[in-house]
Amino acid sequence: MTETEGMGQHPGAEGDGKVRIARQFIAAIPFSGALDMRLENIGDGIAVISMPWNAALVGDPKTGVIHGGAVSALMDTCGGAAVMCHPEALAGTATIDLRIDYMRAATPGQRITARAHCYHVTRSVAFVRAEAWDEDRARPVAAATGAFTVERPAERPKP
Amino acid sequence: MSRRPPEPVELIKQRRDRALAVLVEAVPYIGFLGVSFDRRGDELTGVLSYDPKLIGNPLLPALHGGAIASFLEVTAIMELSFTLLWDDVETGRILADSLSPATLPRLPKTIDFTVDYLRSGLPRDAYARARVNRQGRRYASVHVEAWQDNRQRLFAQATGHFLMPSRDD
Repeated sequence: MTETEGMGQHPGAEGDGKVRIARQFIAAIPFSGALDMRLENIGDGIAVISMPWNAALVGDPKTGVIHGGAVSALMDTCGGAAVMCHPEALAGTATIDLRIDYMRAATPGQRITARAHCYHVTRSVAFVRAEAWDEDRARPVAAATGAFTVERPAERPKP
Repeated sequence: MSRRPPEPVELIKQRRDRALAVLVEAVPYIGFLGVSFDRRGDELTGVLSYDPKLIGNPLLPALHGGAIASFLEVTAIMELSFTLLWDDVETGRILADSLSPATLPRLPKTIDFTVDYLRSGLPRDAYARARVNRQGRRYASVHVEAWQDNRQRLFAQATGHFLMPSRDD
């Protein structure tokens, strides 16, 4: 696996303003837009992104509960955003692996909010933990752990 | 000893296709993703038809990790559900003609799902096949593999654990 040919890709950008980059990052991702994801907060390796309930995303017709895959997409996007806003400037990232535990069904009709924390970065790998809630903040609906690639900005030649 | 004549092939196909179609139509998210299923006997292949909305990195471009995870999870649950429904329909416990989203047995629930992203998902159709490695009364373990151009070159794989629906639900 190479860093330039990463998996589960997210767009990257060089330059200043990690928050600005992160907002652009969400806005520029078609699948995140299709799921109507909204960046709530970002900075220092922590990202918060939410997604509204939508009848098109239902996985269990008898209960109206959102499909686990849509929650995975939220966790993946949020994890990628957390990596990109880590204090060590990162140019872009791709998911290496992501594990999701579904603790309970999200309540139909309620917005789901994910919070991801990039808690460790090496030269090549970023480690992420994430949780997601519906409007009941006391009981998470899902938890995730993932590893992401670290793609650093190309070294600029010294003047 | 007299044997019953074999069922007409059209009737068998009709019954099995009907069972699969009802399962697929019951889940809105499968339609949202644009996933369909090819059936050969009881073997299913999930097909993710390429759509620009599935992109996660417009610069490359590459499929979104969440779209890939969704495709894998949808295929795993469908394999498990179809395996259960197959037994019901083939033994006549459930009549295919009476199947509708409302009368469908409950679907398995995902306990956990781990996705391994092996290479970047290209902006074209993708395929996936799932294998039920263990199916007990309460829990099941399912492995699923996805590829694009070449069956031998997987671009993602996943393992998930599922809570089986209780029979009297």
